[in-house]
Amino acid sequence: MTQGANHFSLERGLNAWREEIDAPVASFFSSCVHCGLCAQACPFFVETGDPKYTPIHKLEPMRLLWEQEYTVWGKLKKLIKDRIDAKLGRESKPLITDEMLEEWEPLLYDSCTMCGRCSMVCPVGNDIHYMIRKAREGMVASGHSPEGLLAASVRAVNTGSPMGLQWKTLEVQIKHVETATGLEVPIDKQGADFLVLLSSMEIINFPEYLEAITKIFDHADVSWTLSKTCFEATNAGIQIGSKDIAATLVQRVVDAAEELQVKNVISPECGHAYTAIRWEGPNAIKRAYPFKVYHIIEVLDQLRTDGRIKTEGKEMDRLSMHDPCNLARKSGVVQQQRSLMDLVAGDFVDLQEHGELQWCCGAGGGVSSNERAEPLKLAAFKRKKAQIEEVEPERMVTMCATCRTQLEEGLEEFNMDIPVVGLTEMIADHLVEKEKAEQS
Amino acid sequence: MTSMDFLLFIKGPMFSIAVAIFALGILVRLFEILALGRAHNYAAARGNEIIPGLKTIYRRFNPDPGTFKRSTFDVLVGTLWHVGFVVVLLLFIPHIELIQSTIGIGWPGLPNPVVDAVTAITLLGLVAVLIHRFRQPVKRFLSTREDYLIWLVTFLPVLTGYLAYHRLINPYPLALGLHILSAEVFLIVLPFTKLSHIFTAFVARYYNGAIFGRKGIQS
Repeated sequence: MTQGANHFSLERGLNAWREEIDAPVASFFSSCVHCGLCAQACPFFVETGDPKYTPIHKLEPMRLLWEQEYTVWGKLKKLIKDRIDAKLGRESKPLITDEMLEEWEPLLYDSCTMCGRCSMVCPVGNDIHYMIRKAREGMVASGHSPEGLLAASVRAVNTGSPMGLQWKTLEVQIKHVETATGLEVPIDKQGADFLVLLSSMEIINFPEYLEAITKIFDHADVSWTLSKTCFEATNAGIQIGSKDIAATLVQRVVDAAEELQVKNVISPECGHAYTAIRWEGPNAIKRAYPFKVYHIIEVLDQLRTDGRIKTEGKEMDRLSMHDPCNLARKSGVVQQQRSLMDLVAGDFVDLQEHGELQWCCGAGGGVSSNERAEPLKLAAFKRKKAQIEEVEPERMVTMCATCRTQLEEGLEEFNMDIPVVGLTEMIADHLVEKEKAEQS
Repeated sequence: MTSMDFLLFIKGPMFSIAVAIFALGILVRLFEILALGRAHNYAAARGNEIIPGLKTIYRRFNPDPGTFKRSTFDVLVGTLWHVGFVVVLLLFIPHIELIQSTIGIGWPGLPNPVVDAVTAITLLGLVAVLIHRFRQPVKRFLSTREDYLIWLVTFLPVLTGYLAYHRLINPYPLALGLHILSAEVFLIVLPFTKLSHIFTAFVARYYNGAIFGRKGIQS
């Protein structure tokens, strides 16, 4: 992004970093010995071989600020440098410049999905993705965030959807679902147990999802509703790294949930929407929610445990599964999707590294909204492709619209004939008819 | 100044200065980290923080199979020389005697020939990781002057210890003096460089485990 808008400035960026630097960050920077093992955990490095994509290197500007301002040694060095400069009558060189941040912008956005795999591998224990998320705050405030993401954020704030999608479009889909299923899609139902959120990408690319939950919730007698004022679960503010935008978007969900007095909010088959609402949201608005937040997979697995989902028949082709980073590694939902797979899959094989050590699809963390990152996104996918080739499934199953789109596009790019399906739909396809279920 | 004067200075005032800088430096370092604190977390926790935090401290000694496969040299040689360094530092009988006379706690040591062999392995390990740092593209890219400096500061006490033990530097008081001096440099440099990871890595690992643990994942 260019330096046009005057509310962005280097100083604001540095101030944002000063706000973000906390005890964990200081302990991480103090501990890095430049071993480079994080590179081996990053799909962007592994598939390009370019050392500049080493995760910890992406944080170098923020590290410089930390060293100079938060360590005794750094303060001392600055003092000496300033003295020397004053003696020689020359101006002190700034530590961090706009040029530097411009150089780092693609490193912090185009080549990082904040998947957190490096954080699981670092021998000294650095949670690198925790720092990348923080570093992005300074990038936005200094005016160095990608056009694509910025446009998505503006659309999300202005229209409620990062893709500019409006209720009218969703309404058409709801009608389709109602016609196809003969069931009602509840809208603005006061006091429902669950408020269901969707993602624009899902509404556009995977309308099957809404139909699937309509069927499943009818089958399991779940009281649920959509909200006309807020149906979007995704949060562009968290992807780009702006707490203000994040808070605005989260507040809409909270307002809708409070207005309808629901007990629970369900995040759709979308990874970042879940981490955004579940983990970051309360901190963005600085208060705990009066409701609980679940990913749809958690809800389905709970229904399964309670015996409220009855299925018949199984998929007999060889299936494997992609764990969305946001759901598995970053939110602790690992077993639930496997228990659900057991219900409906006759021949399931896990990818070798899965769950908390899965490899990212390459599209998360805003990379898919950032057109400039397109070639890197495809490069990073090659790691996933290699994983898929190891187990040779006939189809892949996942539970995130962004991952699913990336898998579909990536597999097509490499001429691999492996369809990708959403787990929720697959469950819906195997439901026992309601009357039959009631008889048994 | 004779070599004996040199040794007496290094063992006496210089040792006190080094220990003081080290102790104070590390306290300041830990303080400047911990004092930053953490913002209150309003999100409902899925899991505990403390137990996963402590587990991660241990677990990062033991990398996952994928990392081991992709970074076999780093894991093997890195572990080898770290363990060697600690064994030599803490289980060589004269070192234990020094620690006992400084802080009053002692423990049994290893026979000298064993420590000698471990020292030789540690030296080879350190040379190997230096070569690796020069040659492996990511390491070479990341490395700064500080990385090479701390390598040297780590290597010298081991090397001078080995040379002194085998009487390869003469006279002996000079050899011992150089060894103790290099250890003092290590202590003085430690709090202000990445060598502080000796302490802060445990803090970092704890935070890592706690952050993930809260979300229900053991990192």
